[in-house]
Amino acid sequence: MAVFTANVSKRKFSIADCFILIFIFILFYTILKLGAGMSIPFSPEQQPAMILDPSMLPYYAGRSLLRMFIAFGASLLFTFIYGYIAAKNKFAQKLLIPLLDILQSVPVLGFLSVTIVAFMALFPGSLLGVECASIFAIFTGQAWNMTFSFYHSLITAPEDLQEAAAVLHLNWWQKLIHLEIPLSMIGLVWNGMMSFGGGWFFLAASEAISVLGENIHLPGVGSFLASAVEAGDMEAIYYSIATMLIMIILVDQLFWRPLVVWSQKFKLELSESDDVPSSFIYNLMHRSVIIHLINKWIFSPLGSAINYILNQLADFSNFAAKGFQHGTHRQWHSYALQICFSIWFIYLIAGPAQEAFGMLAAMEPSELLAILQLGFYTFIRVMIALFLGLIWTIPVGVKIGLTPKLSKFFQPLIQIAASFPANMLFPFITIIFIKYNVNFEWGSIALMMLGTQWYILFNVIAGASSIPNDLIEAASIFNIRGWKKWKTLILPSIFPHLVTGLITASGGAWNASIVSELVTWHEDNLVATGLGAYISQVTTEGDWPKIVLGITVMCIFVVIINRLVWRRLYRLAEVKYHID
Amino acid sequence: MKNLIEIKNVNKTFAIEGRSAASILENINISIQEGEFLAILGPSGSGKSTLMRIIAGLIPASSGTVSYLGSPIEGVNPGVAMVFQSFALFPWLSVLENVMLGLEGKNLTKGEKQTKALQVIDVVGLDGFENAYPKELSGGMRQRVGIGRALVSEPDVLLMDEAFSALDVLTAENLRRDLLELWLDKKIPTKAIILVTHGIEEAVYMADRAIILSKSPAEIIKDINITIPRWRDKKSPEFLAIVDEIYSFMTKKKITALPPSLPQLKKLAQLPQVSAGALTGFLELLEDLNEKIDLYKLANRFMMDIEDFFPLVELSTLLQFAQVVEGDIELTAEGIQFARATVLERKKLFSKQLLAHVPFVQQMITILQSKSNKKMNIEFFEDLLAHTFGDKKAQSQMALLISWERYAELVEYDQDKEQVYLESTI
Repeated sequence: MAVFTANVSKRKFSIADCFILIFIFILFYTILKLGAGMSIPFSPEQQPAMILDPSMLPYYAGRSLLRMFIAFGASLLFTFIYGYIAAKNKFAQKLLIPLLDILQSVPVLGFLSVTIVAFMALFPGSLLGVECASIFAIFTGQAWNMTFSFYHSLITAPEDLQEAAAVLHLNWWQKLIHLEIPLSMIGLVWNGMMSFGGGWFFLAASEAISVLGENIHLPGVGSFLASAVEAGDMEAIYYSIATMLIMIILVDQLFWRPLVVWSQKFKLELSESDDVPSSFIYNLMHRSVIIHLINKWIFSPLGSAINYILNQLADFSNFAAKGFQHGTHRQWHSYALQICFSIWFIYLIAGPAQEAFGMLAAMEPSELLAILQLGFYTFIRVMIALFLGLIWTIPVGVKIGLTPKLSKFFQPLIQIAASFPANMLFPFITIIFIKYNVNFEWGSIALMMLGTQWYILFNVIAGASSIPNDLIEAASIFNIRGWKKWKTLILPSIFPHLVTGLITASGGAWNASIVSELVTWHEDNLVATGLGAYISQVTTEGDWPKIVLGITVMCIFVVIINRLVWRRLYRLAEVKYHID
Repeated sequence: MKNLIEIKNVNKTFAIEGRSAASILENINISIQEGEFLAILGPSGSGKSTLMRIIAGLIPASSGTVSYLGSPIEGVNPGVAMVFQSFALFPWLSVLENVMLGLEGKNLTKGEKQTKALQVIDVVGLDGFENAYPKELSGGMRQRVGIGRALVSEPDVLLMDEAFSALDVLTAENLRRDLLELWLDKKIPTKAIILVTHGIEEAVYMADRAIILSKSPAEIIKDINITIPRWRDKKSPEFLAIVDEIYSFMTKKKITALPPSLPQLKKLAQLPQVSAGALTGFLELLEDLNEKIDLYKLANRFMMDIEDFFPLVELSTLLQFAQVVEGDIELTAEGIQFARATVLERKKLFSKQLLAHVPFVQQMITILQSKSNKKMNIEFFEDLLAHTFGDKKAQSQMALLISWERYAELVEYDQDKEQVYLESTI
């Protein structure tokens, strides 16, 4: 699959090519230099000190960015493998999809301490362990969404194209690259972009963390901010926030925009739409001789080689599968395989499960009750945060969505606001809270909202702008206005989008509770009574049974609410308020 | 001549969990010889597309075998290529890349593939469009790509699944001629063509032989050789005679001998998907004509596709508003009365005929009346139908029944609660 297929004769070497060339060299050099910093010796007592100097910020930004992209690459790989297996194997599907559903709804940040300890044990005495843990945290924030998107496009692939692929005798690899990946491309790019945006939050939260009584700082923008907060250095905070903003905008413009434009090629519909996204960088790359030559001499042969190898592999596996199927005990074979797999799986989880139960058994029932109560407090906060989010985003979002001019202007801004890690803004609000003595039991709701309301706003705008024009015209002809218009037209049409937004926001709010119920500024600590604060406290103390219990209870809360509330609303939205 | 493809005792049933399976194809035997252009004809929902997919090896037969050159196929049939009604082009690939995809399974270098693909593109008349993307092409051009992609691998048998149905009349005509020319002048190495279609004229125009399938479950009711010399004139008497003959075969009722004494076991007949409004319009038009008329002439007169036309005929005869004898249709006394009635009288008449001739409607009403609240979940009725039709079909049949019953003001339906209730109980 060639990225750019246009003819070379039209291209001429230009100034832009010089820039691209320089850019590519700088890129290589930087990646090498940044990568070298990832595996330096490390121990909790003797860690690389954070230097609160703006001149260090580009380096830190680079380290953070590298983490983000490694995590994204890992997510992509995971997406393809997990999604493919889940879609193609009926037995695996029964296991993998519910698992993914749970993974998607559990609060990732709660597991950070567990993974850091595990990875540190994997790479003793090296920074690589902590590095991996941070990357893993970002990965867990990105992967599930993308995997679902890929899985979904695999199972909903149009029947006729699948039949065409079969009649054309494509093997699984050819089918994957010619049909299935192209089909999933738009969804994958879109979900990747969203997940990447969400990843900044986990980056900021995972670079600097206190775990098992140790304060760990990975070189990066998030740590820079954390150190600045510890030192009470206001100026350094501003610098780190500015750096973060620049990073987000650059990644959006240089990476995602061109990808979005490119992915339009994979639209299924056979008619040309008039609203085509465009990107300056994409055009620049598309016209560039350098990019074309690199494509022709490096990527194309590389692609062909990989294609050749996997093609042979696929043919061989097809051949082997046929031989296998010729056996008379086909059914028996596959059952045996399934049973072996199940036993292996049970064996795998039996140990940890037993340990976890042992821990729980050792705890007082009253403590369990106390944790449930804390969970309830956090639940109330999440609900209030969502409700407050709804109150302001619905009118604003509808206004923006119904006015194309406004939405053209605001859409990118909101996208950046949604990507910006809310936890980097916490220090400012904390200062205000301390100054005006705000009750933090309520105040932490504001922190929670900071990150999550954007998801609702985003979806309200999308919903409002998708209201069919004829319905709006009909409403005005029949003189339906004011509350009546909201009740009969606007609210029902944005409802499905609203539910989607609320589900995402709710997930985000539970995650945010871990960092927003306990904040520090310089010497001051603000704590709200809740499960999030509990989890971060016991994580700092390193109290394993309590960490496990806290996370488990939070997971249970999230899963139950998903089943009881969100799932039902979603069904209602699909059945009743679906505009075709 | 040797048999290219041999279809032996093929049956297809779709298994429904815990129930008797719904039968789609019954006892199909066809052999296709070298040099043959075969058309498979059948009303919509007759399973002709399923049959084609079994021949292609896309879905397995429930019993029976499909053989290619004497050996039974396993998985996709190695000797066929297929042209789809929906074209099934890959939108992200150019015309050339789409056609080259037909060679992907072959062991050729990229250069060889390209040369071959370009040749085929030339043959199907797409010269100059090699680098265009499907979305830039018109429907007819897209289908040419579909045909090119199928031909490039030089299959022995070309399968065409309603290949001309999605095109407008003129484009389809043009493409049919071009394909026939390639075939008759032996410009392509294809040894046989199988065309699945619901267009009777299309079949008589193109094929050497037509196989007519009956409806649910599909059986072969007729195998006709079409020996009119090429190129065929659609207005010629012998052409029209064959068209008329096929029409009368397709409208003939299948007589299934079942003892009427066992109403519980009686198989439910599949109802034609026609709205009450369309039926009314049809009967009015028939009344305007005021004469007995040949079915195919009527279809031509209304400019109707048999896909839409046959269900109308079927429903009007089922409700005994009209009768068909030897390929001619005529209104009954009820039909004439209906066509002349006012809106409200029509509803009454429709209701009367529905109760008299669709036993399931009577059954539904009886069940609803026996309930104290006169309500019933729709699922209950769908389950009853699912015994015969399977879940998916049962739902569409139920939706159809409810739309008729609502028109006839026999029952009401609450979509939120998914409940059916009697009109009078609100």
